[in-house]
Amino acid sequence: MAETVVKRVKGTVVIAAERCKGCGFCVEFCPTKCLELSGQYNSKGYHPPVLVRKDDCTGCDICGMVCPDFAIYGFMKKKEKERAR
Amino acid sequence: MGEDALYTIDNVVPPNPIENLLRMDRIPHIWCPGCGIGTTVNCFVRALQTSGLDLDKVAIVSGIGCTGRVAGYIKLDSFHTTHGRAIPFATGLKLANPELKVIVYSGDGDLTAIGGNHFIHAARRNVDMTVILINNMTYGMTGGQVAPTTPISATASTTPYGNFEQTFNLPFLAESCGAVYVARWTAFHVRHATKSIKEALTKKGFSFVEILAACPTLYSRRNKLGDGLDQMIYFRDHSEIKHGADTKTVALDFQGKITVGKFVDIERPSYQQLMYDHLKKKLGDQYIPSPEMKNVYGKNGN
Repeated sequence: MAETVVKRVKGTVVIAAERCKGCGFCVEFCPTKCLELSGQYNSKGYHPPVLVRKDDCTGCDICGMVCPDFAIYGFMKKKEKERAR
Repeated sequence: MGEDALYTIDNVVPPNPIENLLRMDRIPHIWCPGCGIGTTVNCFVRALQTSGLDLDKVAIVSGIGCTGRVAGYIKLDSFHTTHGRAIPFATGLKLANPELKVIVYSGDGDLTAIGGNHFIHAARRNVDMTVILINNMTYGMTGGQVAPTTPISATASTTPYGNFEQTFNLPFLAESCGAVYVARWTAFHVRHATKSIKEALTKKGFSFVEILAACPTLYSRRNKLGDGLDQMIYFRDHSEIKHGADTKTVALDFQGKITVGKFVDIERPSYQQLMYDHLKKKLGDQYIPSPEMKNVYGKNGN
């Protein structure tokens, strides 16, 4: 009988760049410091964040909780593996 | 269960967890870059989602001001009321339909200056509601005038040489008036604030949560304190978590130490419970409460 094993691999963030106002909260309070403000502008002239160190992101969603503009959120990825007994 | 919702299989991107409770057609909101109110809304929506409340029976009431806009952004039954009168509207809502969970979400000026008396008496009567007060220490929407919560020596547009008025100590005010749940957090303490709001939502009686948030445009800039991010870093570096602290000792100074935590968590019969029990005792069978009233408050053997 095959057993499904759930294994957390890593996390990532989703950024709605057009909604961002560039306050920098997510960059400052990210526990693993994996975000940075990008050099690009959005249409309002703010610098949205980018995920620069993808492997460090744990998907803890602290960025999503501190973001005052609902423009970023993190989630954890998981992988399902089939393991034969 | 709540944490499991964050998980996904491989490349499936889940939607923003709070978007289903926001009126997305009104976003982006009016708050300035670096304003802490959006952060508190984030905490509040997450607390609502995990509280287990029936969201069809939740009503949000806001007054006027920057924080007063919250009622307009949350996709639940919501009222945007006249200035300072959020608590009277909420009291009326709760009395008319006791099955509702009524939440007042407003700012410091609205709730404790213009609506100060309503706040005092709602806490005294222990009206069954949750009050979430966002304290940004000034009147943000009208141009940065001095508020009852502005710290001594801070500059406001009406006190160009610094404020000399005694500052309100809101947790002490709420406790001495009779609130059954009193907590204070800052916009930096997102996880703590979420947990605290969740506790307040499930508490019977007048529960009060104060959240400090920066006003980068009209308070921080005028006082040369930097932008919203600098204020968040100040909240992080100068906060001290002291659960159960004596609320007399938690007054705020200008850029001084901030005592945060859950200060009061007691049990006291709510206004509606007292009313039901009293009328039942005095009038007996002549008292005919509404079905909702009986449903919610008539469980003690009546």
